[in-house]
Amino acid sequence: MILETRNLSFRYENKGRQILEQFSLQADSNERVGIAAPSGFGKTTLCKLLAGYEQPETGEILLDGKPLQSYKGYCPVQMIWQHPEQAVNPRLRMKSVLEEGDQIDPKLMEKLGIEPDWLNRFPTELSGGELQRFCIARALGKRTRFLLADEISTMLDLITQSQIWHFLIEETQKRGIGMIVVSHDAELVERVCTRVVRMNKQ
Amino acid sequence: MKEAATFPEKRLDVYTEKNFAENEEGYRKKKWNRRKTIIVLLIVAIGFLAAVCIGGFFCKEAAQVTDFSRKNLPPCLSYPFGTDWLGRDMFARTVRGLSISIIIGVCAATFSAVMAFILGVVSATMGKTADAVVTWFIDLVMGIPHMLLLILICVACGRGLKGVILGVALTHWTSLARLIRGEVLQLKEQIYIKTAKKLGKSNLYIAMKHMVPHLLPQFIVGLVLLFPHAILHESSITFLGFGLSNEQPAIGIILSEAMKYLVTGKWWLALFPGIMLILTVVCFFTTGENLRMLLDPASVHE
Amino acid sequence: MEKEKILEINHMRISFCQYQKGMRQTELQVIRDLNVTVHAGEMVAIVGSSGSGKSLLAHGILGILPYNAFMKGEIQYCGETLTEKRIRKLRGKEIVLVPQSTSYLDPLMKVGQQICKGKKNPEKKRKLNRIFEQYSLDQKVQEQYPFELSGGMTRRIMISTALIETPKLVIADEPTPGLDPRLARRAMEHFRQLADMGAAVLMITHDLELALDTADRIQVFYAGYTIEDAIAEDFLKEETLRHPYTRALWRAMPKNGFHYIDGVQPYTRDMKPGCPFAPRCEKCTDRCREKEVPWRSSGNGYVRCVYDT
Repeated sequence: MILETRNLSFRYENKGRQILEQFSLQADSNERVGIAAPSGFGKTTLCKLLAGYEQPETGEILLDGKPLQSYKGYCPVQMIWQHPEQAVNPRLRMKSVLEEGDQIDPKLMEKLGIEPDWLNRFPTELSGGELQRFCIARALGKRTRFLLADEISTMLDLITQSQIWHFLIEETQKRGIGMIVVSHDAELVERVCTRVVRMNKQ
Repeated sequence: MKEAATFPEKRLDVYTEKNFAENEEGYRKKKWNRRKTIIVLLIVAIGFLAAVCIGGFFCKEAAQVTDFSRKNLPPCLSYPFGTDWLGRDMFARTVRGLSISIIIGVCAATFSAVMAFILGVVSATMGKTADAVVTWFIDLVMGIPHMLLLILICVACGRGLKGVILGVALTHWTSLARLIRGEVLQLKEQIYIKTAKKLGKSNLYIAMKHMVPHLLPQFIVGLVLLFPHAILHESSITFLGFGLSNEQPAIGIILSEAMKYLVTGKWWLALFPGIMLILTVVCFFTTGENLRMLLDPASVHE
Repeated sequence: MEKEKILEINHMRISFCQYQKGMRQTELQVIRDLNVTVHAGEMVAIVGSSGSGKSLLAHGILGILPYNAFMKGEIQYCGETLTEKRIRKLRGKEIVLVPQSTSYLDPLMKVGQQICKGKKNPEKKRKLNRIFEQYSLDQKVQEQYPFELSGGMTRRIMISTALIETPKLVIADEPTPGLDPRLARRAMEHFRQLADMGAAVLMITHDLELALDTADRIQVFYAGYTIEDAIAEDFLKEETLRHPYTRALWRAMPKNGFHYIDGVQPYTRDMKPGCPFAPRCEKCTDRCREKEVPWRSSGNGYVRCVYDT
């Protein structure tokens, strides 16, 4: 599968700053594309566009040649956010959070180090690293084809970061899920990705 | 406390002035926490209101009986609130009046809250035009003086029980509708709700699973806090003569009739019903406020 | 030459009171045993994963903990115990906080006024102009409101608020989140300058690599405990590090192999007595699980481990 953008432009509101202009990118299912750009360049915005959270001003986002919007229901492109505590409903137990995913393989929990006991807890009773594991599991549903990682390990300690990335690399490789990785950490991107794209201001 | 034993000599309490160290000990001894206080208050308030309602049901007859042999009695053991110029038992009348008020309050507040809920949700989810219309309508209703609108609706609906309920219901929904609209708009922007959408969940699922648990507490608290307003407004318009008819022993009627006799020194006619009305209102109000504190995550740990 | 000890914290413990299901209240210990010393002219970084309660440390020192938090332990400032009365006098003057979020600025007050705390004295004004020059901020900025500033400018403004008084102790709470590496490094350099000018700087951060670039000493914070205190040079080699967790951290850096160990940092409610790292440590024996592991000096640093390394 191929995820690609063609001449993407975007800005918030009508008169807002132009965040993306004529941006094109192509990513394949078996690669992990790192995106490096200075802050304020709209890396998060790019992720939101690619996952369908925002609509581009002009340009197209295509998944296997078809526009992303034409995929109804479960979106094959899933995004993992920087702050896991904002990505789960504080009033739901972790069990329900996982149920929202698409037929999550129970083996994933084990591989991610999720303890059965955590499933009965509320998000406030878990640490950031533990929550992020749930968010990753939730995003790795059966129909997921692409995964967007927006600074997912920035707020975690180095060991958790390494654990999570080792898991993600193995899992996505095995299932043929493509990844787009955004991180400010050049060494991390170098380690994790098969290809790095640098965004430069025109 | 295990660690404390490991470094006993170094555990100096720094902030002894305020609640830091000694409160920590105190907390464990003092098992009586805020939540328990709230529960007890709730039980007392609900008990009082239930007693009034049940009492009102049994006082229906007693409130109407006139007996000139006992007219104008000041408060005594057999007639704790005294009797009026027709020899009617003021206690029975007050309880009956309050129970009518509470029933009107419950009906009007429920009606009002449901209306607020529907309009709030419509405004937040059905696009910009719907939002503009509802918001404009909220501003319109809020812009007209409360009492005036209430009296107009009440008179237009032909006074009586129906008129009062409709009048109160149609004037009290605005603030709650605005609250719910804001809440839904805010929820819609939450990452977890957007993520749920991308995970292919239907709008119904998101509404039930994600929105309702957040809105329900707000709604219940809003509903309970509407009662005191509804009751006070019901008694005010009845007092002014635009509400319930004179035959019914409503609190508003009792108070307005008592006004005529106050100057002749029959203070008990207005005092006790007035106090009971305030008590009822305060009861509802504390119930609502405490419920809010119990359900609102921001103040859970107080 | 021994420098003046500005801040010394011994056995600090901070806990929260929280409601559990229904009516029960439990005490949640967020900081279990924290020890830190900062000298004049020194920059010390406390490094721990986010959400682990490090920010509470700063709030604890300044006496601005939330109402349901309790603190125990000993805080010495310039050789004297820091009481609540004393901190009230000192904070904002000798002890300043550079907060985490940019929302700590008053949105309705002009920047210049805000930094001078509303006072209009010419000496302050001159000082402010000097600071602005130093941080290459335009003098015009003083007349602007916070919303007109860019993220990087806001950071510099927040540091300026700390500088307008001559602080002896600067506490920086997570000053670099959301900044790209270049800006983050520049922000850290600002704090380095403060230390070079003679202030004691206590930096609370989650970014070990960034801290290593600028700080003199690193304190590693794990599950509520400080488990190691090492000078930045110790992090050049794995062998010079003391605690098994710190070594695991070192090996997990992308440039040092990106290795990982299993397990997670325990959530405060799940903690068992003994060494917090015991469940994940290869060297762990019964000695580690039995009782609290003491904080002891080791070479030119400190460690909380029963083994000699």
